[in-house]
Amino acid sequence: MIYFDNVSKIYNSGETGALRDVTFQVAPGEFLSVVGHSGAGKTTLLKMIIAEDRPTSGSVFFQSLNIHAIPKGSLPNYRRKIGTVFQDFKLLQNKTAFENIAFAMEANGRSDEEINDNVPQALELVDLSDKSWHFPHELSGGEKQRVAIARAIVNQPDIIIADEPTGNLDPIATYEVVQILKKINDLGTTVIMTTHNKGVIDALGRRVITMDEGRVVRDDPEGRYVL
Amino acid sequence: MITGIKRIIRSGFIGFWRNAYVSLAAIFVMTITLTVICGLMLGNELLKVSLVQIQEKVDINVYMVTTATEDSILALKTSLESLPDVTEVTYTSREEALSQFRDRHKNDELTIQALEELGDNPLGASLAIRAAETSQYESISQFLDEQRNLENPESPLIDRVNFNQNKNAIDKLTSIINAADRSGKIAMIVLIVSSILISFNTIRLAIYTSREEISIMRLVGASNMFIRGPFMLQGVMYGLVSGVLALLITYPVALYLGPATEAFFGLNIFNHFVTSFAHLFFVLVGSGIVLGIVSSILAVARYLRV
Repeated sequence: MIYFDNVSKIYNSGETGALRDVTFQVAPGEFLSVVGHSGAGKTTLLKMIIAEDRPTSGSVFFQSLNIHAIPKGSLPNYRRKIGTVFQDFKLLQNKTAFENIAFAMEANGRSDEEINDNVPQALELVDLSDKSWHFPHELSGGEKQRVAIARAIVNQPDIIIADEPTGNLDPIATYEVVQILKKINDLGTTVIMTTHNKGVIDALGRRVITMDEGRVVRDDPEGRYVL
Repeated sequence: MITGIKRIIRSGFIGFWRNAYVSLAAIFVMTITLTVICGLMLGNELLKVSLVQIQEKVDINVYMVTTATEDSILALKTSLESLPDVTEVTYTSREEALSQFRDRHKNDELTIQALEELGDNPLGASLAIRAAETSQYESISQFLDEQRNLENPESPLIDRVNFNQNKNAIDKLTSIINAADRSGKIAMIVLIVSSILISFNTIRLAIYTSREEISIMRLVGASNMFIRGPFMLQGVMYGLVSGVLALLITYPVALYLGPATEAFFGLNIFNHFVTSFAHLFFVLVGSGIVLGIVSSILAVARYLRV
């Protein structure tokens, strides 16, 4: 589903690359975790997938599509196939949970009927049906992240990209968020997550890629957190 | 598609209100610009009318000697009419000149008495020549000079030609009108540029305040038009509101100046404002919208790398 072919990214010429000769692939329905120290290149890796950044050499494929050969005008269309979740949630403060999720659908040009159907479903999936009219400042960190996940899945993407989704959360909220991501994965959506959290990785027991200084140093099908 | 347009329009309005003070600044500057454009358009009309009026007063009068025969005068008239620069030649016979003279001096006992005393008609016939452009009088006057040189000195036809008296005044007036026109255009360009810059900044500020929203829009795959649309709509709204405001400001000013301009220029500026309202509305609101769109496209292209 995602295929990195010898991808390198060098930010300033001469310095060490953020990514160096990265090659791996992700099969549909997989739950892949990417671990590594800060600056190991995890976030750069995810930026390549959502076409926020271009590789210096090599190519990244989504199915058979070369992501960085997509014309600018078609990028929004491509990004609709990907749901994104961030450490800092990126919710709009002046919109309620419901409106934040609906916003993603509006931006995709979905009809009002679809919005009224799908948003409650997404809220139910993340177990926040009772807080749909709360504003972000009225929600806990874990709840905010669950709203963000609901927003990421509401357009039924093929893949969810989660950059340190539990980075700002306490252990219980972390557990809940990971359980939700697992549930989404069980429903058939591919998930790629970066994390620092050893407990999360060990509890998941899924594929783990370990990165160090821009290189993939380990790739375990049923990985544990080893640095 | 329609829901998309609906949402773009809605968020355009929301952006307009949410940045009310900033919008106000943009509208203020644009209104001033458009009001000046409106004023220049009306002022230009006044200048045009007065220039035409003055030009109509200009002609060359050729006074004939009293002994000139009507045939030879008419022959001269025909040859004048065949000149390409001449638009009209009016012939005034001796009798007509006399009755005009009497008419003009009917309250002047002394002059009329003097005329009676003479017995004979002392006035010669005359030709009034009119050209389309003031600059063409030069060549007509040259033609008349040549005619005079060709005449038989024993029996002259032309007594005198009056032209040079008016020429300097007309040239001066033309250059004043041209200078006024040119400085008006320069003022207009300066104002247009400054209002583009200010509305450009306004929209840039609006983009800055909603940058978070924009980055989230991009992440969830909003199309470029969905992101840009509201800002462009805001530009259109600035232009529309400013255009209407400029007309509202000009209305009472034109009403106030109407009678004065009528007396001075012979054109009531308020009547002109009313009759050409559709034209003014189209130009002002149209150029307001163009101004708004141009500045928002510039701001969006520069600050919204979508």
